[in-house]
Amino acid sequence: MPIDQTIDPRAQERSLSPPRVPAPWRPRPLPVLCALIVGLVLFFLILPTVIIVPMSLNASSHLTFPPSALTLDWYRAFFSDPDWIASTLFSLKIALWTSLASTIIGTMSALAIVRGELPFKAAIQAMAIGPMIVPHVVLGVALYLVFAPLELTGSLTGFLIGHTVLSVPFVVITVTASLQRLDPALELAAANCGATRLQSFIHVTFPNILPGIAAGAVFAFLASFDEATVAFFISDIDGKSIGRKMFEDIDFNLTPVIAAASTVVVAASLCLIGIAHLISSSASSRTKQE
Amino acid sequence: MSDNKVSSWVAQFRRGQSAKAYPPAVSLLLVSPLIALLFIGFVYPVARLVELSFANGAEPYVRLVKGDLYIGVLTDTIVISAAVAALCLFLGYPVALAMARLKRRAALLVTACVIVPLWTSVLIRSYAWVVLLQRNGLVNDLLQTTGLSDGPLRLLYTQGAVVLAMTHVLLPFAILPIQATLRSLPADLTRAASNLGATPIRAFVLITLPLSLPGVFAGTLLCFVLALGFYITPALVGGPGSMMMATLIGQQTLVVLDWPFAAALSTLLLTVSLLLVAVFRRALAQSKGFSSAH
Repeated sequence: MPIDQTIDPRAQERSLSPPRVPAPWRPRPLPVLCALIVGLVLFFLILPTVIIVPMSLNASSHLTFPPSALTLDWYRAFFSDPDWIASTLFSLKIALWTSLASTIIGTMSALAIVRGELPFKAAIQAMAIGPMIVPHVVLGVALYLVFAPLELTGSLTGFLIGHTVLSVPFVVITVTASLQRLDPALELAAANCGATRLQSFIHVTFPNILPGIAAGAVFAFLASFDEATVAFFISDIDGKSIGRKMFEDIDFNLTPVIAAASTVVVAASLCLIGIAHLISSSASSRTKQE
Repeated sequence: MSDNKVSSWVAQFRRGQSAKAYPPAVSLLLVSPLIALLFIGFVYPVARLVELSFANGAEPYVRLVKGDLYIGVLTDTIVISAAVAALCLFLGYPVALAMARLKRRAALLVTACVIVPLWTSVLIRSYAWVVLLQRNGLVNDLLQTTGLSDGPLRLLYTQGAVVLAMTHVLLPFAILPIQATLRSLPADLTRAASNLGATPIRAFVLITLPLSLPGVFAGTLLCFVLALGFYITPALVGGPGSMMMATLIGQQTLVVLDWPFAAALSTLLLTVSLLLVAVFRRALAQSKGFSSAH
Protein backbone atom coordinates (compact mmCIF):
# COMPACT_ATOMS: atom_id res chain seq x y z
CA MET A 1 0.00 0.00 0.00
CA PRO A 2 1.51 3.38 -0.91
CA ILE A 3 2.25 5.46 2.13
CA ASP A 4 0.45 8.55 0.78
CA GLN A 5 -2.91 6.88 1.11
CA THR A 6 -2.45 5.93 4.72
CA ILE A 7 -1.39 9.31 6.02
CA ASP A 8 -4.11 11.39 7.62
CA PRO A 9 -4.33 14.58 5.48
CA ARG A 10 -4.86 16.71 8.60
CA ALA A 11 -1.57 15.45 9.97
CA GLN A 12 0.09 16.47 6.73
CA GLU A 13 -1.20 20.00 7.01
CA ARG A 14 0.23 20.39 10.46
CA SER A 15 3.55 18.63 9.89
CA LEU A 16 6.60 20.72 9.21
CA SER A 17 7.60 18.84 6.07
CA PRO A 18 7.13 20.78 2.80
CA PRO A 19 3.59 20.57 1.44
CA ARG A 20 3.01 17.67 -0.89
CA VAL A 21 0.74 17.50 -3.86
CA PRO A 22 -2.70 16.72 -2.43
CA ALA A 23 -3.88 13.22 -3.11
CA PRO A 24 -6.89 13.01 -5.41
CA TRP A 25 -10.11 13.23 -3.44
CA ARG A 26 -11.91 10.02 -2.81
CA PRO A 27 -14.83 9.37 -0.48
CA ARG A 28 -13.73 8.18 2.94
CA PRO A 29 -16.35 5.73 4.18
CA LEU A 30 -15.10 5.55 7.76
CA PRO A 31 -15.41 9.22 8.81
CA VAL A 32 -18.80 9.39 7.10
CA LEU A 33 -19.95 6.38 9.11
CA CYS A 34 -18.56 7.90 12.33
CA ALA A 35 -20.31 11.19 11.66
CA LEU A 36 -23.55 9.33 11.03
CA ILE A 37 -23.29 7.44 14.33
CA VAL A 38 -22.42 10.60 16.26
CA GLY A 39 -25.29 12.44 14.58
CA LEU A 40 -27.77 9.71 15.50
CA VAL A 41 -26.63 9.64 19.14
CA LEU A 42 -26.84 13.44 19.35
CA PHE A 43 -30.35 13.30 17.87
CA PHE A 44 -31.28 10.71 20.51
CA LEU A 45 -29.81 12.96 23.24
CA ILE A 46 -31.50 16.16 22.19
CA LEU A 47 -34.86 14.79 20.97
CA PRO A 48 -36.67 14.50 24.36
CA THR A 49 -35.69 18.06 25.32
CA VAL A 50 -36.74 19.50 21.96
CA ILE A 51 -39.94 17.49 21.50
CA ILE A 52 -41.67 19.15 24.48
CA VAL A 53 -41.99 22.41 22.46
CA PRO A 54 -44.26 21.04 19.69
CA MET A 55 -46.02 18.96 22.36
CA SER A 56 -46.90 22.13 24.30
CA LEU A 57 -48.16 23.94 21.19
CA ASN A 58 -50.17 21.08 19.72
CA ALA A 59 -53.94 21.54 19.76
CA SER A 60 -54.77 17.85 20.08
CA SER A 61 -53.98 16.23 23.40
CA HIS A 62 -51.70 13.57 21.94
CA LEU A 63 -48.69 14.37 19.84
CA THR A 64 -49.07 13.99 16.11
CA PHE A 65 -46.56 15.00 13.54
CA PRO A 66 -46.96 17.45 11.93
CA PRO A 67 -49.11 19.13 14.60
CA SER A 68 -52.78 19.32 13.63
CA ALA A 69 -53.14 22.93 14.81
CA LEU A 70 -51.20 25.28 17.03
CA THR A 71 -52.52 26.66 20.28
CA LEU A 72 -51.36 28.46 23.42
CA ASP A 73 -54.16 26.92 25.49
CA TRP A 74 -51.84 24.65 27.47
CA TYR A 75 -49.74 27.65 28.54
CA ARG A 76 -52.92 29.49 29.53
CA ALA A 77 -53.97 26.44 31.55
CA PHE A 78 -50.57 26.31 33.25
CA PHE A 79 -50.56 29.98 34.26
CA SER A 80 -54.18 29.93 35.46
CA ASP A 81 -54.00 26.70 37.51
CA PRO A 82 -53.46 27.66 41.19
CA ASP A 83 -51.91 24.23 41.90
CA TRP A 84 -49.22 24.60 39.20
CA ILE A 85 -48.50 28.22 40.16
CA ALA A 86 -48.30 27.41 43.87
CA SER A 87 -45.83 24.55 43.30
CA THR A 88 -43.76 26.61 40.85
CA LEU A 89 -43.51 29.53 43.28
CA PHE A 90 -42.71 27.17 46.16
CA SER A 91 -39.91 25.55 44.14
CA LEU A 92 -38.56 28.99 43.17
CA LYS A 93 -38.54 30.03 46.83
CA ILE A 94 -36.76 26.79 47.83
CA ALA A 95 -34.22 27.18 45.03
CA LEU A 96 -33.45 30.82 45.94
CA TRP A 97 -32.88 30.03 49.63
CA THR A 98 -30.93 26.87 48.74
CA SER A 99 -28.73 28.83 46.37
CA LEU A 100 -28.06 31.48 49.04
CA ALA A 101 -27.30 28.93 51.78
CA SER A 102 -25.14 26.74 49.50
CA THR A 103 -23.20 29.75 48.24
CA ILE A 104 -22.29 30.97 51.74
CA ILE A 105 -21.53 27.52 53.19
CA GLY A 106 -19.74 26.32 50.06
CA THR A 107 -17.57 29.42 49.68
CA MET A 108 -16.48 29.29 53.32
CA SER A 109 -15.58 25.60 52.96
CA ALA A 110 -13.69 26.15 49.70
CA LEU A 111 -11.62 28.89 51.39
CA ALA A 112 -10.72 26.50 54.20
CA ILE A 113 -9.96 23.63 51.81
CA VAL A 114 -7.74 25.63 49.42
CA ARG A 115 -6.20 28.34 51.62
CA GLY A 116 -6.37 26.82 55.10
CA GLU A 117 -4.39 24.36 57.17
CA LEU A 118 -7.43 22.18 57.57
CA PRO A 119 -7.22 19.18 59.87
CA PHE A 120 -9.03 16.01 58.67
CA LYS A 121 -9.15 17.53 55.17
CA ALA A 122 -9.55 14.20 53.36
CA ALA A 123 -12.38 13.07 55.67
CA ILE A 124 -14.22 16.39 55.29
CA GLN A 125 -13.88 16.33 51.51
CA ALA A 126 -15.11 12.74 51.37
CA MET A 127 -18.11 13.62 53.54
CA ALA A 128 -18.96 16.62 51.32
CA ILE A 129 -18.96 14.39 48.23
CA GLY A 130 -21.03 11.75 50.08
CA PRO A 131 -24.47 13.09 49.11
CA MET A 132 -23.46 12.87 45.44
CA ILE A 133 -22.76 9.14 45.76
CA VAL A 134 -25.59 8.04 48.02
CA PRO A 135 -28.62 7.10 45.89
CA HIS A 136 -31.09 9.97 46.10
CA VAL A 137 -33.94 7.57 46.87
CA VAL A 138 -32.09 6.51 50.05
CA LEU A 139 -31.49 10.13 51.05
CA GLY A 140 -35.13 10.99 50.32
CA VAL A 141 -36.49 8.13 52.42
CA ALA A 142 -34.01 8.89 55.23
CA LEU A 143 -34.96 12.58 55.30
CA TYR A 144 -38.66 11.69 55.28
CA LEU A 145 -38.09 9.37 58.24
CA VAL A 146 -36.46 12.18 60.25
CA PHE A 147 -38.66 15.05 59.03
CA ALA A 148 -42.11 13.43 59.41
CA PRO A 149 -42.17 13.37 63.25
CA LEU A 150 -40.83 16.96 63.31
CA GLU A 151 -43.52 18.07 60.83
CA LEU A 152 -40.82 19.32 58.47
CA THR A 153 -42.19 17.54 55.39
CA GLY A 154 -43.53 20.01 52.86
CA SER A 155 -41.91 22.89 54.72
CA LEU A 156 -39.36 25.37 53.44
CA THR A 157 -36.94 24.37 56.23
CA GLY A 158 -37.13 20.70 55.28
CA PHE A 159 -36.52 21.37 51.59
CA LEU A 160 -33.78 23.86 52.42
CA ILE A 161 -31.85 21.24 54.43
CA GLY A 162 -32.31 18.46 51.87
CA HIS A 163 -31.50 20.56 48.82
CA THR A 164 -28.58 22.44 50.37
CA VAL A 165 -26.91 19.10 51.13
CA LEU A 166 -27.24 18.23 47.43
CA SER A 167 -26.29 21.69 46.05
CA VAL A 168 -23.28 22.57 48.20
CA PRO A 169 -20.82 20.41 46.18
CA PHE A 170 -21.48 22.54 43.05
CA VAL A 171 -20.40 25.70 44.90
CA VAL A 172 -17.42 24.00 46.56
CA ILE A 173 -16.22 22.76 43.14
CA THR A 174 -16.57 26.09 41.26
CA VAL A 175 -15.15 28.25 44.08
CA THR A 176 -12.27 25.81 44.68
CA ALA A 177 -11.42 26.04 40.99
CA SER A 178 -11.36 29.85 40.97
CA LEU A 179 -9.34 29.98 44.21
CA GLN A 180 -6.77 27.65 42.68
CA ARG A 181 -6.51 29.95 39.66
CA LEU A 182 -5.93 33.00 41.90
CA ASP A 183 -2.24 33.69 42.54
CA PRO A 184 -1.59 33.59 46.32
CA ALA A 185 1.08 36.27 45.74
CA LEU A 186 -1.75 38.81 45.34
CA GLU A 187 -2.98 38.13 48.87
CA LEU A 188 0.61 38.12 50.12
CA ALA A 189 1.12 41.53 48.52
CA ALA A 190 -1.99 42.84 50.27
CA ALA A 191 -0.69 41.49 53.58
CA ASN A 192 2.70 43.11 52.97
CA CYS A 193 0.99 46.43 52.35
CA GLY A 194 -0.52 46.15 55.82
CA ALA A 195 -3.96 44.75 55.07
CA THR A 196 -5.52 42.58 57.74
CA ARG A 197 -6.66 39.16 56.61
CA LEU A 198 -10.25 40.35 56.46
CA GLN A 199 -9.30 43.42 54.40
CA SER A 200 -7.29 41.34 51.97
CA PHE A 201 -10.22 38.94 51.62
CA ILE A 202 -12.71 41.76 50.95
CA HIS A 203 -10.51 43.79 48.59
CA VAL A 204 -8.40 41.13 46.87
CA THR A 205 -9.69 37.56 47.20
CA PHE A 206 -13.44 38.13 47.02
CA PRO A 207 -13.56 40.28 43.83
CA ASN A 208 -11.31 37.75 42.10
CA ILE A 209 -13.32 34.65 42.97
CA LEU A 210 -16.70 36.36 42.48
CA PRO A 211 -17.28 34.78 39.03
CA GLY A 212 -16.72 31.32 40.53
CA ILE A 213 -19.11 32.11 43.37
CA ALA A 214 -21.75 33.42 40.93
CA ALA A 215 -21.48 30.35 38.69
CA GLY A 216 -21.74 28.10 41.76
CA ALA A 217 -24.83 29.99 42.91
CA VAL A 218 -26.54 29.44 39.54
CA PHE A 219 -25.66 25.73 39.51
CA ALA A 220 -26.94 25.37 43.09
CA PHE A 221 -30.19 27.12 42.16
CA LEU A 222 -30.78 24.80 39.20
CA ALA A 223 -29.72 21.68 41.10
CA SER A 224 -32.42 22.50 43.64
CA PHE A 225 -35.09 23.53 41.14
CA ASP A 226 -34.60 20.44 38.95
CA GLU A 227 -34.18 18.01 41.85
CA ALA A 228 -36.96 15.45 41.76
CA THR A 229 -36.25 12.38 43.90
CA VAL A 230 -35.61 13.87 47.36
CA ALA A 231 -38.31 16.48 46.69
CA PHE A 232 -40.72 13.67 45.84
CA PHE A 233 -40.28 12.04 49.26
CA ILE A 234 -40.29 15.17 51.44
CA SER A 235 -43.25 16.89 49.74
CA ASP A 236 -46.72 16.75 51.26
CA ILE A 237 -50.18 17.92 50.20
CA ASP A 238 -49.68 21.51 51.35
CA GLY A 239 -46.04 21.86 50.36
CA LYS A 240 -45.41 20.44 46.91
CA SER A 241 -42.39 21.14 44.74
CA ILE A 242 -42.90 21.54 41.00
CA GLY A 243 -41.13 18.19 40.58
CA ARG A 244 -43.63 16.39 42.77
CA LYS A 245 -46.52 18.11 40.97
CA MET A 246 -45.11 17.04 37.59
CA PHE A 247 -44.55 13.48 38.79
CA GLU A 248 -48.16 13.18 39.97
CA ASP A 249 -49.51 14.60 36.71
CA ILE A 250 -47.34 12.33 34.53
CA ASP A 251 -48.42 9.33 36.59
CA PHE A 252 -52.17 10.02 36.76
CA ASN A 253 -53.20 12.72 34.33
CA LEU A 254 -51.07 12.96 31.23
CA THR A 255 -51.98 16.36 29.71
CA PRO A 256 -50.00 18.71 27.44
CA VAL A 257 -50.06 21.22 30.34
CA ILE A 258 -47.01 19.28 31.60
CA ALA A 259 -45.32 20.02 28.28
CA ALA A 260 -46.10 23.72 28.63
CA ALA A 261 -44.74 23.74 32.19
CA SER A 262 -41.64 21.81 31.04
CA THR A 263 -41.00 24.25 28.20
CA VAL A 264 -41.15 27.19 30.60
CA VAL A 265 -38.79 25.45 33.04
CA VAL A 266 -36.32 24.32 30.35
CA ALA A 267 -36.22 27.76 28.72
CA ALA A 268 -35.53 29.44 32.07
CA SER A 269 -32.92 26.82 33.05
CA LEU A 270 -31.05 27.09 29.77
CA CYS A 271 -30.94 30.91 30.04
CA LEU A 272 -29.46 30.59 33.53
CA ILE A 273 -26.92 27.97 32.41
CA GLY A 274 -25.92 30.20 29.51
CA ILE A 275 -25.36 33.08 31.92
CA ALA A 276 -23.32 30.86 34.26
CA HIS A 277 -21.11 29.67 31.38
CA LEU A 278 -20.63 33.26 30.18
CA ILE A 279 -19.60 34.37 33.68
CA SER A 280 -17.13 31.53 34.20
CA SER A 281 -15.67 31.66 30.68
CA SER A 282 -15.21 35.46 30.81
CA ALA A 283 -13.51 35.01 34.19
CA SER A 284 -11.09 32.38 32.90
CA SER A 285 -10.27 34.42 29.78
CA ARG A 286 -9.54 37.42 32.00
CA THR A 287 -7.10 35.43 34.13
CA LYS A 288 -5.41 34.24 30.94
CA GLN A 289 -4.90 37.84 29.81
CA GLU A 290 -3.32 38.73 33.11
CA MET B 1 -12.47 26.76 75.25
CA SER B 2 -11.01 29.81 77.03
CA ASP B 3 -11.65 33.36 75.84
CA ASN B 4 -7.94 33.90 75.95
CA LYS B 5 -7.28 31.21 73.39
CA VAL B 6 -10.05 32.47 71.10
CA SER B 7 -8.73 36.03 71.20
CA SER B 8 -5.22 34.79 70.39
CA TRP B 9 -6.68 32.93 67.39
CA VAL B 10 -8.48 36.09 66.34
CA ALA B 11 -5.25 38.07 66.62
CA GLN B 12 -3.40 35.42 64.65
CA PHE B 13 -6.11 35.52 61.99
CA ARG B 14 -6.03 39.30 61.65
CA ARG B 15 -2.26 39.50 61.49
CA GLY B 16 -2.33 37.11 58.56
CA GLN B 17 1.34 36.14 58.77
CA SER B 18 1.26 34.05 55.63
CA ALA B 19 -1.37 35.02 53.12
CA LYS B 20 -1.79 31.46 51.95
CA ALA B 21 -2.77 29.59 55.06
CA TYR B 22 -5.65 30.16 57.40
CA PRO B 23 -4.59 28.56 60.71
CA PRO B 24 -6.33 25.27 61.65
CA ALA B 25 -8.77 26.90 64.08
CA VAL B 26 -9.98 29.42 61.49
CA SER B 27 -10.19 26.72 58.82
CA LEU B 28 -12.32 24.56 61.09
CA LEU B 29 -14.54 27.55 61.85
CA LEU B 30 -14.97 28.09 58.10
CA VAL B 31 -16.04 24.48 57.43
CA SER B 32 -18.18 24.19 60.58
CA PRO B 33 -21.43 25.23 58.81
CA LEU B 34 -20.80 22.57 56.17
CA ILE B 35 -20.15 19.92 58.80
CA ALA B 36 -23.28 20.92 60.74
CA LEU B 37 -25.36 20.83 57.55
CA LEU B 38 -24.03 17.43 56.49
CA PHE B 39 -24.64 16.04 59.94
CA ILE B 40 -28.25 17.27 60.12
CA GLY B 41 -29.21 16.63 56.49
CA PHE B 42 -27.15 13.58 55.59
CA VAL B 43 -25.24 11.60 58.23
CA TYR B 44 -27.92 11.54 60.94
CA PRO B 45 -30.91 10.68 58.67
CA VAL B 46 -29.00 7.93 56.86
CA ALA B 47 -27.77 6.52 60.19
CA ARG B 48 -31.36 6.52 61.51
CA LEU B 49 -32.51 4.62 58.41
CA VAL B 50 -29.78 1.99 58.81
CA GLU B 51 -30.64 1.68 62.51
CA LEU B 52 -34.33 1.21 61.66
CA SER B 53 -33.48 -1.70 59.37
CA PHE B 54 -32.17 -3.59 62.42
CA ALA B 55 -35.12 -2.63 64.66
CA ASN B 56 -36.62 -6.17 64.43
CA GLY B 57 -33.27 -7.91 64.38
CA ALA B 58 -32.28 -9.35 61.03
CA GLU B 59 -35.89 -10.22 60.08
CA PRO B 60 -36.17 -7.84 57.06
CA TYR B 61 -32.87 -9.11 55.69
CA VAL B 62 -33.96 -12.73 56.03
CA ARG B 63 -37.18 -11.90 54.17
CA LEU B 64 -35.16 -10.14 51.49
CA VAL B 65 -33.02 -13.20 50.85
CA LYS B 66 -35.85 -15.72 51.10
CA GLY B 67 -38.48 -14.10 48.90
CA ASP B 68 -38.02 -15.01 45.24
CA LEU B 69 -39.79 -11.79 44.30
CA TYR B 70 -37.15 -9.64 45.98
CA ILE B 71 -34.21 -11.62 44.64
CA GLY B 72 -35.80 -11.18 41.21
CA VAL B 73 -35.92 -7.40 41.70
CA LEU B 74 -32.26 -7.39 42.79
CA THR B 75 -31.10 -9.34 39.74
CA ASP B 76 -33.31 -7.22 37.45
CA THR B 77 -31.74 -4.07 38.91
CA ILE B 78 -28.23 -5.34 38.30
CA VAL B 79 -29.05 -6.57 34.76
CA ILE B 80 -30.79 -3.31 33.78
CA SER B 81 -27.99 -1.19 35.26
CA ALA B 82 -25.34 -3.23 33.45
CA ALA B 83 -27.24 -2.94 30.17
CA VAL B 84 -27.62 0.81 30.64
CA ALA B 85 -23.92 1.23 31.48
CA ALA B 86 -22.87 -0.82 28.42
CA LEU B 87 -25.18 1.16 26.13
CA CYS B 88 -23.92 4.43 27.57
CA LEU B 89 -20.36 3.35 26.81
CA PHE B 90 -21.01 2.26 23.23
CA LEU B 91 -23.21 5.24 22.34
CA GLY B 92 -21.12 7.71 24.32
CA TYR B 93 -17.62 6.87 23.09
CA PRO B 94 -18.06 8.15 19.50
CA VAL B 95 -19.64 11.36 20.81
CA ALA B 96 -16.80 11.86 23.31
CA LEU B 97 -14.29 11.30 20.52
CA ALA B 98 -16.06 13.85 18.32
CA MET B 99 -16.13 16.35 21.20
CA ALA B 100 -12.39 15.93 21.75
CA ARG B 101 -11.35 15.94 18.07
CA LEU B 102 -13.66 18.44 16.36
CA LYS B 103 -12.73 22.05 15.69
CA ARG B 104 -14.18 24.94 17.68
CA ARG B 105 -17.65 25.55 16.27
CA ALA B 106 -18.56 21.92 15.61
CA ALA B 107 -17.22 20.92 19.04
CA LEU B 108 -19.39 23.62 20.62
CA LEU B 109 -22.46 22.25 18.87
CA VAL B 110 -21.76 18.68 20.04
CA THR B 111 -21.04 19.92 23.58
CA ALA B 112 -24.33 21.82 23.63
CA CYS B 113 -26.20 18.65 22.60
CA VAL B 114 -24.62 16.86 25.59
CA ILE B 115 -24.98 19.67 28.17
CA VAL B 116 -28.58 20.69 27.36
CA PRO B 117 -30.07 17.30 28.35
CA LEU B 118 -27.84 17.24 31.44
CA TRP B 119 -29.54 20.43 32.66
CA THR B 120 -33.03 19.35 31.62
CA SER B 121 -34.82 17.91 34.63
CA VAL B 122 -34.89 14.10 34.76
CA LEU B 123 -38.66 14.40 35.18
CA ILE B 124 -39.08 16.33 31.95
CA ARG B 125 -36.95 13.84 30.03
CA SER B 126 -38.87 10.89 31.48
CA TYR B 127 -42.13 12.66 30.57
CA ALA B 128 -40.91 13.06 26.99
CA TRP B 129 -40.21 9.32 26.81
CA VAL B 130 -43.66 8.50 28.23
CA VAL B 131 -45.27 10.60 25.50
CA LEU B 132 -43.00 9.25 22.73
CA LEU B 133 -43.48 5.60 23.68
CA GLN B 134 -47.17 5.56 24.59
CA ARG B 135 -49.74 3.63 22.58
CA ASN B 136 -50.60 6.49 20.23
CA GLY B 137 -47.16 8.07 20.57
CA LEU B 138 -44.73 9.15 17.91
CA VAL B 139 -42.64 5.96 17.93
CA ASN B 140 -45.69 3.76 17.41
CA ASP B 141 -46.94 6.09 14.65
CA LEU B 142 -43.57 5.86 12.95
CA LEU B 143 -43.46 2.06 13.22
CA GLN B 144 -46.89 1.76 11.64
CA THR B 145 -46.39 4.25 8.80
CA THR B 146 -43.10 2.60 7.83
CA GLY B 147 -44.85 -0.76 7.94
CA LEU B 148 -42.53 -2.20 10.57
CA SER B 149 -45.52 -3.16 12.69
CA ASP B 150 -49.19 -3.75 11.98
CA GLY B 151 -50.80 -2.41 15.10
CA PRO B 152 -49.65 -0.26 18.03
CA LEU B 153 -47.04 -2.06 20.14
CA ARG B 154 -46.89 -1.97 23.90
CA LEU B 155 -43.62 -0.08 24.35
CA LEU B 156 -44.23 1.89 27.53
CA TYR B 157 -44.06 0.23 30.98
CA THR B 158 -41.62 -2.43 29.73
CA GLN B 159 -38.02 -3.15 30.70
CA GLY B 160 -36.93 -2.04 27.25
CA ALA B 161 -38.49 1.38 27.87
CA VAL B 162 -36.68 1.64 31.23
CA VAL B 163 -33.34 0.77 29.62
CA LEU B 164 -33.91 3.25 26.78
CA ALA B 165 -34.96 6.17 28.98
CA MET B 166 -32.25 5.53 31.60
CA THR B 167 -29.59 5.30 28.90
CA HIS B 168 -30.76 8.67 27.65
CA VAL B 169 -30.63 10.21 31.13
CA LEU B 170 -27.20 8.78 32.03
CA LEU B 171 -25.43 9.13 28.66
CA PRO B 172 -23.83 12.54 29.49
CA PHE B 173 -22.27 10.98 32.61
CA ALA B 174 -20.43 8.50 30.38
CA ILE B 175 -19.52 11.04 27.69
CA LEU B 176 -17.98 13.68 29.94
CA PRO B 177 -15.28 11.57 31.70
CA ILE B 178 -14.34 9.82 28.42
CA GLN B 179 -14.11 13.20 26.68
CA ALA B 180 -11.92 14.58 29.50
CA THR B 181 -9.48 11.66 29.14
CA LEU B 182 -9.40 11.89 25.33
CA ARG B 183 -8.79 15.62 25.46
CA SER B 184 -5.84 15.16 27.81
CA LEU B 185 -4.08 12.84 25.32
CA PRO B 186 -1.40 14.69 23.35
CA ALA B 187 -2.36 14.97 19.66
CA ASP B 188 1.25 14.18 18.76
CA LEU B 189 0.68 10.51 19.59
CA THR B 190 -1.85 9.81 16.82
CA ARG B 191 0.10 12.07 14.47
CA ALA B 192 3.26 10.07 15.19
CA ALA B 193 1.37 6.84 14.58
CA SER B 194 0.06 8.03 11.23
CA ASN B 195 3.47 9.41 10.22
CA LEU B 196 4.82 5.95 10.87
CA GLY B 197 2.26 4.60 8.45
CA ALA B 198 -0.60 3.50 10.67
CA THR B 199 -4.08 3.74 9.20
CA PRO B 200 -6.53 5.85 11.23
CA ILE B 201 -8.20 2.65 12.48
CA ARG B 202 -4.89 1.12 13.53
CA ALA B 203 -3.82 4.34 15.26
CA PHE B 204 -7.13 4.42 17.10
CA VAL B 205 -7.05 0.78 18.18
CA LEU B 206 -3.38 0.75 19.19
CA ILE B 207 -2.94 4.26 20.64
CA THR B 208 -6.11 6.21 21.42
CA LEU B 209 -8.34 3.42 22.70
CA PRO B 210 -5.93 1.91 25.26
CA LEU B 211 -4.97 5.35 26.57
CA SER B 212 -8.61 6.35 27.01
CA LEU B 213 -9.50 3.25 29.06
CA PRO B 214 -9.31 5.06 32.45
CA GLY B 215 -12.01 7.49 31.30
CA VAL B 216 -14.04 4.63 29.82
CA PHE B 217 -13.88 2.75 33.10
CA ALA B 218 -14.78 5.82 35.17
CA GLY B 219 -17.71 6.78 32.94
CA THR B 220 -19.15 3.27 32.70
CA LEU B 221 -18.83 2.63 36.43
CA LEU B 222 -20.45 5.98 37.20
CA CYS B 223 -23.41 5.12 34.97
CA PHE B 224 -23.73 1.71 36.61
CA VAL B 225 -23.70 3.14 40.17
CA LEU B 226 -26.17 5.91 39.30
CA ALA B 227 -28.44 3.42 37.51
CA LEU B 228 -28.54 1.11 40.56
CA GLY B 229 -30.23 3.81 42.66
CA PHE B 230 -32.34 5.46 39.99
CA TYR B 231 -35.89 6.28 41.05
CA ILE B 232 -37.78 8.78 38.88
CA THR B 233 -37.30 7.19 35.44
CA PRO B 234 -38.14 3.57 36.32
CA ALA B 235 -41.08 4.80 38.41
CA LEU B 236 -42.60 6.66 35.46
CA VAL B 237 -41.50 4.66 32.42
CA GLY B 238 -41.42 1.19 33.98
CA GLY B 239 -44.47 -0.82 34.90
CA PRO B 240 -45.10 -3.23 37.77
CA GLY B 241 -43.23 -5.90 35.82
CA SER B 242 -40.02 -3.86 35.65
CA MET B 243 -39.52 -3.01 39.30
CA MET B 244 -36.06 -1.88 40.35
CA MET B 245 -34.46 -1.52 43.81
CA ALA B 246 -35.32 2.18 44.08
CA THR B 247 -38.93 1.78 42.94
CA LEU B 248 -39.32 -1.16 45.36
CA ILE B 249 -38.06 1.09 48.20
CA GLY B 250 -40.55 3.77 47.09
CA GLN B 251 -43.40 1.25 47.02
CA GLN B 252 -42.52 -0.14 50.46
CA THR B 253 -42.48 3.34 52.04
CA LEU B 254 -45.41 4.95 50.22
CA VAL B 255 -47.83 2.09 49.58
CA VAL B 256 -47.03 -0.88 51.84
CA LEU B 257 -45.70 1.32 54.69
CA ASP B 258 -43.28 -1.43 55.74
CA TRP B 259 -40.54 0.86 57.01
CA PRO B 260 -38.10 -1.70 58.47
CA PHE B 261 -38.13 -3.59 55.17
CA ALA B 262 -37.71 -0.38 53.13
CA ALA B 263 -34.86 0.56 55.46
CA ALA B 264 -33.19 -2.83 54.90
CA LEU B 265 -33.49 -2.41 51.12
CA SER B 266 -32.06 1.11 51.40
CA THR B 267 -29.17 -0.14 53.53
CA LEU B 268 -28.38 -2.80 50.95
CA LEU B 269 -28.48 -0.29 48.07
CA LEU B 270 -26.39 2.17 50.08
CA THR B 271 -23.77 -0.45 50.95
CA VAL B 272 -23.42 -1.65 47.35
CA SER B 273 -23.10 1.92 45.98
CA LEU B 274 -20.60 3.02 48.62
CA LEU B 275 -18.53 -0.16 48.22
CA LEU B 276 -18.32 0.25 44.45
CA VAL B 277 -17.28 3.88 44.82
CA ALA B 278 -14.80 3.18 47.63
CA VAL B 279 -13.12 0.31 45.77
CA PHE B 280 -12.81 2.30 42.54
CA ARG B 281 -12.29 5.71 44.18
CA ARG B 282 -9.16 6.48 42.25
CA ALA B 283 -10.68 5.62 38.89
CA LEU B 284 -13.76 7.69 39.62
CA ALA B 285 -11.78 10.77 40.66
CA GLN B 286 -11.68 11.95 37.06
CA SER B 287 -15.43 12.12 36.78
CA LYS B 288 -15.91 14.07 40.00
CA GLY B 289 -18.09 17.10 39.57
CA PHE B 290 -20.32 15.55 36.96
CA SER B 291 -21.79 13.05 39.34
CA SER B 292 -24.88 14.83 40.60
CA ALA B 293 -28.26 15.30 38.93
CA HIS B 294 -30.36 12.23 39.18
